[in-house]
Amino acid sequence: MIRIEGIKKSFDETEVLKGLSTEFEKGKTNLIIGRSGAGKTVLLKLLVGLLKPTSGSIWYGDTDFTKMDSREVRTLRMDVGMLFQGSALFDSMTTEENIRFPLDMFTNKTKKEKLDQVNYCLERVELDGANDKYPSEISGGMQKRVGIARAIVLDPKYLFCDEPNSGLDPKTALLIDELIQKLTYEKEITTVINTHDMNSVMGIGDNIALLHEGRLAWRGNKSEVLDSDNETLQNFIFASPFLQRLRDAALGKKQ
Amino acid sequence: MNFNFLHSFGKYLLLLKTAFSRPEKVSMYWKETVRQMHDIGIGSLVIVCIIALFIGAVTAIQFAFQLQDSFVPKFYIGYIVRDITIIELAPTITCLVLAGKVGSNMAAEIGGMRQKEHIDAMEIMGVNTAAFLIMPKMIASLIVIPLLVCAASIVSIVGGYIASVPQGWVTDAEYVQGVRYYFEPYYVSMMFAKAITFAFIITSVSCFQGYYVKRGSIELGVASTQAVVYSDILILLGDYFIALLFTV
Ligand SMILES: Nc1ncnc2c1ncn2[C@@H]1O[C@H](COP(=O)(O)OP(=O)(O)OP(=O)(O)O)[C@@H](O)[C@H]1O
Ligand SMILES: [Mg+2]
Repeated sequence: MIRIEGIKKSFDETEVLKGLSTEFEKGKTNLIIGRSGAGKTVLLKLLVGLLKPTSGSIWYGDTDFTKMDSREVRTLRMDVGMLFQGSALFDSMTTEENIRFPLDMFTNKTKKEKLDQVNYCLERVELDGANDKYPSEISGGMQKRVGIARAIVLDPKYLFCDEPNSGLDPKTALLIDELIQKLTYEKEITTVINTHDMNSVMGIGDNIALLHEGRLAWRGNKSEVLDSDNETLQNFIFASPFLQRLRDAALGKKQ
Repeated sequence: MNFNFLHSFGKYLLLLKTAFSRPEKVSMYWKETVRQMHDIGIGSLVIVCIIALFIGAVTAIQFAFQLQDSFVPKFYIGYIVRDITIIELAPTITCLVLAGKVGSNMAAEIGGMRQKEHIDAMEIMGVNTAAFLIMPKMIASLIVIPLLVCAASIVSIVGGYIASVPQGWVTDAEYVQGVRYYFEPYYVSMMFAKAITFAFIITSVSCFQGYYVKRGSIELGVASTQAVVYSDILILLGDYFIALLFTV
């Protein structure tokens, strides 16, 4: 479990996060939603220590992450996998080398064992056989999946995904959501996902935190979303006039 | 401005400190070191040799010209070409060239990785990126650049021979006599001291520039240019101080 308390983050003069407190549960898919520019990526980077909070604390279990020294942070990160918004695959390495990199760096497995593990991960993301392709030779969706494979190869306890399905077609997006959810449940991972995709929210939203103007505007799960009368949440979900008309029509029929 | 400089210098020292911590996996670092040795060494051998050849040749011709009609014995051409390349030209010119070739390349490589979030991705895996990205480059240049400098000084002396002997400025025997005349091994130590210092300057400055690059391709260009400019200035300063240290 990860708990954050009173997290604030400013860049120069602008305060992006203005005091956030929430929890991310183990074995659940925890979603952070919010409009573009709300600070989702910033929050995720704070959680993994790529940025330092201006104030506040981040608890991994019972230890305060913000007070760890760099060695402890590195030890903790052995248990962390992360999918970046832009995948961040090493572009001079093949798919296989990308996924194998953490194994090469941190394990003493034989070549064969490593290859087996890489192939297993590739199978999980339904990319078997793409071993020798370079990131520039595969599509954006495939890159995301390779990113996931690389993030899970060391069996992380914590998985962070920054917009895992942005820019993908609905079918592939669904596939990636399902994949992340399956992994989370199977291995009891504490998963934190940034998204602004409503399909993901309704599909895998075990815990949902809505970020708005640097604060937590709403917390709940997917079954509570539609019944909530939180205005910010409603505005976020039914952003377009088309969706608003659908909602009004549905409500009208109900009444 | 001054405060800014101190801030950067402190950051530079801290980065170097992190860069020399214990490797996570020696075999990965070693593989990277070998790759870097190949890139720096083989990749720069031709340009270094061409430059050295011409420097030796020009030095020989200039001195031959100066010595015309003088009472200084002809074999001094070989003697002077040898000493001036070993003491000054081979290490300094070679490293100024390498700062442009190897240094800018290192800054661009690391800076690109920073901008494309590769460094962040490695950090998340638990890799000490400062060490993994800098240490292999440092070890590789500390080994390979002195060898390149050594090669450069040999080629320079050969260059001097090619430029002067066939022209009839000196005879083959005189040139060889000059090259062997009053040989001071101490100068070779000086050459290696310079080469090692300059190699350290090139690598650390360039990696620092790349590692802390900001967003954007303009900044990447700036970082890679600054890597060369700062390395060059520091090399010349270092050259001056080593000269003082070893001779006074
Ligand atoms: N390194 C930085 N320096 C200055 N400001 C930053 C930096 N990173 C983010 N910001 C600011 O923080 C705010 C939140 O950015 P962030 O990337 O977290 O948004 P996001 O919620 O992830 O949006 P998106 O859905 O488009 O990815 C933005 O207004 C941005 O300008
Ligand atoms: Mg984002």
